[in-house]
Amino acid sequence: MSAPVQYTLYHPKWYRRAVSVWWWLENWSYTKFVLREITSVFVAFFAVIYLWQLRALVSGPDAYADFMARLESPLFLTLHVVAFFFVLFHALTWFNLAPKAMVLRLGGKRVPDFVIVALNYLAWFVASIAVAWFFLRG
Amino acid sequence: MRRDITPCLWALFSVGGTVAAVLFPIHLFLTGLAFPLGWIEAPGYESVLNLVRHPLARIYLFVLISLPLFHGAHRFRYTLYDGLKLKHLTLLIVIMCYGGALLGTVAAAVTLWSIP
Repeated sequence: MSAPVQYTLYHPKWYRRAVSVWWWLENWSYTKFVLREITSVFVAFFAVIYLWQLRALVSGPDAYADFMARLESPLFLTLHVVAFFFVLFHALTWFNLAPKAMVLRLGGKRVPDFVIVALNYLAWFVASIAVAWFFLRG
Repeated sequence: MRRDITPCLWALFSVGGTVAAVLFPIHLFLTGLAFPLGWIEAPGYESVLNLVRHPLARIYLFVLISLPLFHGAHRFRYTLYDGLKLKHLTLLIVIMCYGGALLGTVAAAVTLWSIP
């Protein structure tokens, strides 16, 4: 003989563990994920710096010289060192994830992941050389 | 009928992320570090102006500033949701993030247009 089955009412808010705002510090792979997400701040930061430089350029030689002098201040140098590492982290994580986002097929066969990653790094290298060349050729 | 623009925002995120990944490290290295620290001599005012005056250079700079702003806005939006658990502030966050990117885009267009 079995005991009569006891049903409980459906309850959509039955139990939820309270998650701390610092959940991403519990595990290194979560921390890496959050660091990668935070790169967005530094990407936007540098876009704004470039916009600012452009405005200084349009305002005339004096404004441009002031802007260039401001970049030499310890505050901006520190910000740019930090921003450089975050932007680099963005670039590396972006290229390494590229095969997951972009599946290429050639002749019915999937192009291997390392080929796509290598092509991304190649494009990065060529573009960097080209940009440097435009700045330095004068 | 209200059209969902989320796929467009993801496309902007993706293209902007690629632009930032490929071009930002070298630009940041030169402008933010190598020139101010004197590792490499910075090009003078006239030569930068001549370079930027070219229509292709203006388009390049527009893309370089605008698309990464949208990439950053999109990613930051979801960082605020997941990292800081601010889902209840969705509308405010969306307006601040994409509004900021839009503002930067307009400012870039106006500035590039007004290059003498």
